[in-house]
Amino acid sequence: MGDQSDRSTAEPLEFREVTKRYPGASKPAVDKLSLEVPAGEICVLVGPSGCGKTTAMRMVNRMNEITSGDILLGGRSVKDRKPAELRREIGYVIQHIGLFPHWTIAENIATVPKLQGWDKARIAARVEELLDLIGLPADTSSRYPSQLSGGQRQRVGVARALACDPPVMLMDEPFGAIDPINRERLQNEFLRLQAELRKTIVFVTHDIDEAIKMGDRIAILQEGGKLAQYAPPAELLMYPASRFVEDFVGSDRALKRLALQRVRDIDLWKAAAIRVGTPVTEARAELEDADVPYGMLVDENGRPKGWLSDRAMTGERVTDDVRSPAHPIVELDDVLRDALADLLSSETRYGAVVDKNGSLAGVLSLEVIQHFLHAAPAASPTGADLISE
Amino acid sequence: MIGLPIAQLQIEKPGGADDCVSSNGFCPEWIAENIDRYWTPLLEHVYLTVAPVAIGFAISLALASMAHRRRWLTGPVIAISGIFFAIPSVAAFFLLQPLTGLGYTTAMVALVSYTLLIIFRNITDGLRNVPAETRDAALGQGLTERQVLYRVEFPMAVPEIMAGLRIATSTTVGLAALAVFAGAGGLGAEILVDKRFKSNVVVAGGLAVLLAAAFDLMILGAQRAMTPWRRSRA
Amino acid sequence: MIAPGLAFLGDFGEAIKFIFQERESVSGGVQIGGIPELAGFTATHMYVSLAALAIAALLAIPLALWLGHLGRGDFIATATSNVGRAVPSLALLAFFISFVGLGYTNVIFVLVLLAIPPLITNTYVGVRQVDRDTVDAARGQGLTGMEIVRKIELPLALPSIFAGMRTSAVNVVATATIAPLANVQTLGEPIITPQTYGFVGQLGASILVAVITLLVDFLFARLQRAVTPEGVKLARPAKARRRFSFPTKRSPKQA
Repeated sequence: MGDQSDRSTAEPLEFREVTKRYPGASKPAVDKLSLEVPAGEICVLVGPSGCGKTTAMRMVNRMNEITSGDILLGGRSVKDRKPAELRREIGYVIQHIGLFPHWTIAENIATVPKLQGWDKARIAARVEELLDLIGLPADTSSRYPSQLSGGQRQRVGVARALACDPPVMLMDEPFGAIDPINRERLQNEFLRLQAELRKTIVFVTHDIDEAIKMGDRIAILQEGGKLAQYAPPAELLMYPASRFVEDFVGSDRALKRLALQRVRDIDLWKAAAIRVGTPVTEARAELEDADVPYGMLVDENGRPKGWLSDRAMTGERVTDDVRSPAHPIVELDDVLRDALADLLSSETRYGAVVDKNGSLAGVLSLEVIQHFLHAAPAASPTGADLISE
Repeated sequence: MIGLPIAQLQIEKPGGADDCVSSNGFCPEWIAENIDRYWTPLLEHVYLTVAPVAIGFAISLALASMAHRRRWLTGPVIAISGIFFAIPSVAAFFLLQPLTGLGYTTAMVALVSYTLLIIFRNITDGLRNVPAETRDAALGQGLTERQVLYRVEFPMAVPEIMAGLRIATSTTVGLAALAVFAGAGGLGAEILVDKRFKSNVVVAGGLAVLLAAAFDLMILGAQRAMTPWRRSRA
Repeated sequence: MIAPGLAFLGDFGEAIKFIFQERESVSGGVQIGGIPELAGFTATHMYVSLAALAIAALLAIPLALWLGHLGRGDFIATATSNVGRAVPSLALLAFFISFVGLGYTNVIFVLVLLAIPPLITNTYVGVRQVDRDTVDAARGQGLTGMEIVRKIELPLALPSIFAGMRTSAVNVVATATIAPLANVQTLGEPIITPQTYGFVGQLGASILVAVITLLVDFLFARLQRAVTPEGVKLARPAKARRRFSFPTKRSPKQA
C-alpha cells in the first residue's frame, strides 16, 4: 500500500550518556542513558512510574532539554537544530492524543505539512492516503474530533504523526487510554503498519506485556533513570540481567515466552498415526518409532479420532477400540500459551497437534513445553513476528 | 472647573400638553410624537458602549498575550483592574474630572477600565482552560510558542472570550447610562431630563435594555459562527 | 505640565478639606461639608445598602440553594444574570421614581432588585459545582434532602455564595450613590446638587464613595476567604484566589 514500503526513510537513533537533572533535585531523572536503536526498529522504554522513561523520550524532540550527554538522530545531534524545526521531523503521539478540537480531522492531520509549506493539493492527497492507511473512511476528514470515538481519535493521532513521513516516531503510552479490547486491536494494527513502514520508533509504556508484544528491543529503566537491561524480548525473558528485571518482568516470564511462540516452532513429539484395519505388526513397528507409547487412531485423511486402547492391538488387524478421545486438538498455528491453556484444562497428558487440513502432525505435552523452555531458542521471536504471519 | 452635568430636577414636559401627559400617565401618543428626541441619545449610548468594549478588548488581548508567557503578570493586572472595578462609576466619573475634564474622555477612561477586569479575566481563563495535552501535542509537532498561542489556544478560548465580551457589553450599557455624570450624553442623560415622567423613563430605560439585549444576541451569534466545532457533538 | 498637576492636587486637596471641614455652600447661606454632615450621609448610605443586601440575601439565597440542590434552575440562573446585567441601575431607579414615587422604601426596593441576580447566579452555580459523587454518597448514607443542603452543599457552596455577596454588595453600595434622586440622602447628595456643594463637594463625596466601596469589596473578599473550608482551600489554591485580592506577603503563585 503506497510507495512508503520501497524507500525506508527511517534513521537510527542513539542515546549517548544522556542525563536529565531537574534543578533542586538530588537525583537525576535520567542517569547516563546509553542505547542505540537501529533504523526501522521499535525500542520500548518500560519501567515503573518515575523511572524516567517519558522524560527520556521527550528529550529526543527536546520537549525536555538534555542536561548532559547527547541524542543523535541519524548521526546528527538533536541540539543542532531549533526545537520547532526538529519536532517537525519527528512524529509525536501522546496518550491523550491532543487533537485540536477546533480543526477538522483533515486540518489536524495536515498540521505539520502546512507548517512545512506544502500546497493544498499535496496536503489533500496525503490526508486521503493516511486515512486509508489507518483504516478510516475518507469522509472522516471533514468531521471534528468530538465526533469520533476514542479508538478512532487514536488512529488519527498516528496518522497525524506520519503526515510528513518522519524518520523517527515517539509514542508515549499511545494506547493507554483505550479499553483493553480495542487496545489489542490497535496494537495489532499498528504492528502491521510498522511492518510496512518500518519507522524507527521509541515507544514508552508501563505495561511489560505491551512492551514484550510491541518491541524489537526493550529497555527496562529503573527508578532514577538508570538502564537495567536493553535486549530483545526473548532474551529479556530468558536471561534477566538483575533481580530488578526479574521482578519487573514477572515470575511468569516463562509463560510470557510462550506467548511469543507458535506450536509449529517447537519440537513436537511424534505419535503413531494408525488407521483401522492396519496389520497389528505394522502398527507395533510404528509405535516403536514414536515418542508416545499410545497409538492415535486416524481416519483416511489422517485426522485423529482417539487414542487406541491395548485391546485394539490384540487381534490380527487394528480395530477402532478407543480408550479416550483425541482431545484437546491443537493447531500448528496456535500460540503456544493458548495451547498450554487447552492442555491444562483437559485431563489428558497429551494434546494432538493437527495441521491446516486437520491431519495429525505431532503431539504436545507438558514435557514438550518444558523441554522447549529450557533449550536456547534458534532465533528471537518478537510480537511483530506473530502478527505478520 | 465646576461641572453641572445634571439638568434641573424639575418636572419638564416637553411637547404635547394633553391630559395624559399632565397627569403623568403612560402616554403612547406622546411617545410616538417625540420618539425622535431619543435618537441622538441612543446613538451616543451605542458609542459609549461599543468604543469602551472595543478598546478594553484590545488592551486586554495585549495584556493577556503578555501574561500568558509571564504568568506573574496575571496577579498584578487582576489586582489593579479589580480596584478600578470596585470604584462606583459615578465616583470614578468625578475622580477623573480634574485629570480629563468634563465630557466623553472622562467617560471613556472610566468605562474602559471597567471592561478591563471582565475581559482580561475571561481571556486568561479561556487560555488556561486549554488542556495540557493539546498544548503538548501542538509543541511536540513543531509549532512555536507564538504559533501555539495564535493558532490553537486563542481559537479554543473563543467561547470564554465571547462570554467575557457579552458580560462586558451588558455591564457597559448599564454604566454608560451614568455617563451623564461625566458630562457625556447617552440615554442616561435623557432619563434625567425628566425622571418623573413615566413615558420618558420607560422609553429611555427600555431602549437601554433593548440595546443590551441586541448586543448580547449579536455577540452570541458571532460566537456560534466562529465555533463550528462546538455545534457538532459525537 | 506643572500647572495641571498642581491643579489636580489642588482640587483633590480642596476635596479632602471639604470632607473634614465645614464651609459655606456655593449658593451661600448654608453650612456644608465636614465630618458630621458626611457621617450622616454615610450612615444613610450604609443603612440602605445593608438593608437591601440583607433582604436580597434572605430572598435569593435559600431559593437558589434549593434550586441548585434540585438541579432545576439553569434557566432561571442564566436569565436573571443576563437581565440583571442588562438593566441600567439608573433606568431602574428612574422607573420606580416615576411609577412609585420617592422615598426609602422605593430605594431599598430598587437596590434589592439589583442585588438579587448575582446572589441567585452565584449561589446556584456554587451548589451545582459541588461534586455530584459527594452528594450521591451522602444520599446513599441516608441523609435527607434538607440535611444534604445544610451539611454538604451549603458549606461547600459558601465561597461561591460569598463571591456573589461581594458582587452584590459592591453593586448596591455603588448604586446607593444615586439614591438622592429619590430624595434619600446618601453620599450621592453632594454629587447631584452641585449648585449647593460645588465641584469640590462632588469630588469629596466621590472620594468617600470610592473609599467606602473599596473597603466593602475588601471586606467581603476577606469574608469569602475566611468562609472557604480548609480542605477546599488546600485542594484548589488557584481558584479560591482567582478574584481580586490584595497581594499578601505570602504571594500566591498563579497556577
